[in-house]
Amino acid sequence: MSVQKGLLYSKSHEWVKEEGGEYAVGLTDYAQSALGDLVFVNLPEEGDEVKVGESFSDVESVKAVSDVFSPVSGVVSKINEEVLDSPESINKAPYDAWLIKVKDVSEKEELLTAEEYEAFLKTLD
Amino acid sequence: MLVFEKSRPGRGCTLFPPCDVDVVTPSDKDKRESELHLPELSETEISRHYTELAKKSRGVNDGFYPLGSCTMKYNPKINEDMASLPGFTEIHPLQPEHTVQGCLEVLQTVEKYLCEITGMDRLTVQPAAGAHGEFTGLMLIKAYHESRNDTKRTKIIVPDSAHGTNPASATMAGYSVVSIPSSADGCVDIEKLKAVAGDDIAGLMLTNPNTVGLFDKNILEITKIVHDCGGLNYYDGANLNAVMGVVKPGDMGFDVIHLNIHKTFSTPHGGGGPGCGAVGCKKLLADFMPAVLVEGDAEKKFVKPKHSIGEMKAFYGNFLVVVKALTYIKTLGKEGIPQACKNAVLNANYMMDKLKDIYTMAYDQICMHEFVMSLEDLKRKTGVSAMDIAKALIDNGMHPPTMYFPLIVHEALMVEPTETESKETLDDAIAVFRKLYEQAQKDPEALHMAPVTTPVGRLDEVGAARNPVLRYKWK
Amino acid sequence: MGKYIPNTDAEQKAMLTEIGFSSFEDLFADAPKEVMLKGELNIPSGLSELQVRKDMTKIAEKNVIFPTIFRGAGAYRHFIPSIVKSVITKENFLTSYTPYQAETSQGVLQSIYEYQTMIADITGMDVSNASIYDGASGAAEAVAMCRERKRKKALVSALAHPDTIATIMTYCHGNGMDVEVVPAKDGLTDVEYIKKHIDQGTACVFVQHPNYYGNLEPAREIADITHEAGARYIMSVNPISLGILKSPREYGADIAVGDGQPLGLSIAFGGPYIGFMSCTDELVRRLPGRIVGETHDAKGRVGYVLTLQAREQHIRREKASSNVCSNQALCALAVGVYLSAVGKEGLKEVATLCMSKAHYMAKELEKIGFKPEYKTEFFHEFVTVSDVSSEKALKALEDNGILGGYPLDDKRILWCCTEVNGKCCIDKAVSILKEVK
Repeated sequence: MSVQKGLLYSKSHEWVKEEGGEYAVGLTDYAQSALGDLVFVNLPEEGDEVKVGESFSDVESVKAVSDVFSPVSGVVSKINEEVLDSPESINKAPYDAWLIKVKDVSEKEELLTAEEYEAFLKTLD
Repeated sequence: MLVFEKSRPGRGCTLFPPCDVDVVTPSDKDKRESELHLPELSETEISRHYTELAKKSRGVNDGFYPLGSCTMKYNPKINEDMASLPGFTEIHPLQPEHTVQGCLEVLQTVEKYLCEITGMDRLTVQPAAGAHGEFTGLMLIKAYHESRNDTKRTKIIVPDSAHGTNPASATMAGYSVVSIPSSADGCVDIEKLKAVAGDDIAGLMLTNPNTVGLFDKNILEITKIVHDCGGLNYYDGANLNAVMGVVKPGDMGFDVIHLNIHKTFSTPHGGGGPGCGAVGCKKLLADFMPAVLVEGDAEKKFVKPKHSIGEMKAFYGNFLVVVKALTYIKTLGKEGIPQACKNAVLNANYMMDKLKDIYTMAYDQICMHEFVMSLEDLKRKTGVSAMDIAKALIDNGMHPPTMYFPLIVHEALMVEPTETESKETLDDAIAVFRKLYEQAQKDPEALHMAPVTTPVGRLDEVGAARNPVLRYKWK
Repeated sequence: MGKYIPNTDAEQKAMLTEIGFSSFEDLFADAPKEVMLKGELNIPSGLSELQVRKDMTKIAEKNVIFPTIFRGAGAYRHFIPSIVKSVITKENFLTSYTPYQAETSQGVLQSIYEYQTMIADITGMDVSNASIYDGASGAAEAVAMCRERKRKKALVSALAHPDTIATIMTYCHGNGMDVEVVPAKDGLTDVEYIKKHIDQGTACVFVQHPNYYGNLEPAREIADITHEAGARYIMSVNPISLGILKSPREYGADIAVGDGQPLGLSIAFGGPYIGFMSCTDELVRRLPGRIVGETHDAKGRVGYVLTLQAREQHIRREKASSNVCSNQALCALAVGVYLSAVGKEGLKEVATLCMSKAHYMAKELEKIGFKPEYKTEFFHEFVTVSDVSSEKALKALEDNGILGGYPLDDKRILWCCTEVNGKCCIDKAVSILKEVK
């Protein structure tokens, strides 16, 4: 399971990357592998508010639907139209396939570093 | 080949006489301009086309069909005959009441019998399917609380083992769902239930026996907890075959119930419908019933319940399905109903007993009409999954059991033999299951390839969902 | 033994013993004693097949079969080609389950795929689902499809079938949408009312076409008003009419629904019928119920599967927007066979016959004082007004084995003609009515 250095991680398997005050959020390699082949992604709209620990999106495989939880609170500034068109990009390159970017971030959950997330993964079955 | 690919311009069937009055057609503003592409075929070709499709379909008559929670019992032929009597098929739903006394008798008699079997006071057959019945039942519960101005009840309790329709129906009825985890024995966790029971609870949805095939021994305590907090108890009747004639849901503390007529009462599934999701209720909900109920003896008539929730669909339900169910109940009668139930339970326990030395049972105890195996161990040791075994069963002349349900059991296969199968059929199926277990140890690869005897192998479902092709397109 | 239980009493006992039980009662050990049924069910004893047949036939004979019917109002007697029954009584179709096991259900799946294609074709829409319970519940599901976070109001024409309106109301009471009924004006949906009441909170406008009175609505105009307000346009249509009337797509609909009963299903005291639902590509993921898609296996062979299942209740559970599980697969099969049998020319033919006969009857009725209530164009249903009481008029017809139109009140009757009504029967009905004072 790959973990990319330089990103921050949540225990619910989202990654976060800060760029000039905006936070990109995506699913980790562990998450995409557990979900299996993704066939559809639901994303919020630009301008929607997201809150720490609340679901902002769901992703579908053939047999399951899973929520994606926001590691930050703020306003959606961008959504990745590309993953809407080809959900398989999340399976292929999870750390490139960001789902949303969040601005005006008011709150962050306690995020893990790459090393800490790697250690956390080892504790899972 | 699709019917459209067989079509040839100019072919057809001669069905209609020439017009014997002046021809009238729509004016330009409403005249259809876009071309129709319906097939052009002779009757020979149409007939052969569907015969070919029939060969690629599998019905109960093709062999053992132990689909858990679906009750694929034999569909008696007399039922079909009775439902095709012109005295039923040629009756307009809006004929005057005195010309449809037979139809009203069917509805009234079915109501009476099903109320007796379930311990309810009134029953409607308007809902067209189980899920439709659930929605109806929840709307009754909603109407009840509203009639008492008890508007703070916004939640429905649903165990995590429930059929997926339960939470979806609750959402449709405007309720939020409180999911409670099952206890280790697969039944309702009483403590968890107590913790959520309160004055915001509108009701509980439960099936008993539950989706893992067990009779919840705490059933009276469960329904009492819900009643004590002011909620009502909803019975999902998908598994009624396990208790009919032996236990009445009404006696277990349920206030409203739906039945899957197409499961318990032997009407065919038709490849996914039409079914009938009859809804029964206790007196306290009777005034809210949808559509119309039948009253009267010598002269029967339709009566609209006083505070009806309205219509769930047009007219009175899937009437011909109801005719089949009545034929079935008349055939079985008071002796046959409990016999069917007991044999359904016996057949399930028999199969479980003969398989449990090699297959892991999710709950190793007396089951009701169905049992759930977990192939988690098998998968870990051999790589052979529930899906592999299911597909291999097809190659061995059986329809697979229900796979991957309930969600609380991993690698689940849920087997429901029903009472209409003979001991020999069960023994054959047991032998097949055992053979596949052996094969899983020796040659797991072969099982991953199954089925190999069908017109197509395992299909690419991911591709189908990612790039949906949902219709034929003409060039 | 008997009653569809193969095993004899002795075999049952032996099986019980073999697995360690001494009686059936042991199997129910988990059920509390106090809930176990004491004694017998209070229903009659079981009957032999011969007795049941006599019994049921006797009940059926208590109904009156009208050889001639001029009543529609949501249920239409059409000619059903023999091939339809021949196909839908095939046991492999009749007794099969929902085709979850695709490899062993290719026949059922392909028949649904063909049905979806035909429904999309006649309605002009992009995609269709595998069917729903009936036209009314389909209408209610369509309204629910249009709900948006900020759009929760449905404008529903008062001239939809009364059961359709009532069903929409029931569903919306459940899901919290508001229904506003658009009144009728001169036998048509009041367009001015829609203009005034449509707003940014409107999710959809729902119109039946031809409407409950058989009249042709200003369907295109309503589409434009609806879309201008950013709402969605649902049209409920009679499928037979699509042989000659513009398709919902041509009128600008986003969703087309209707009852498929006229396409090969008997009137059967109201059911089973079938609801069809089709929509534009944009809305496909909101479409409830099952949908079949084309795919292939590892060897590249084409096959069909239930697809987009993640929309559905068994996966999405409380997040699903619809709980639909069963469709009306066997009825969809009947529709597929019917549409194959009539073909593209036949559908035009039958639609033309319906429209022509209805217009002939309307003209003949007008001559004897049953005047058309509306001046609008109509398809195969129309309303008359007369000085003769509806009750008397219909009684006179009934005495002659004719089910007349549906009485709307004591002066107004809603008539219907289809291809099965020959000129002579229409003339006979008119001559009987002529004598009613």
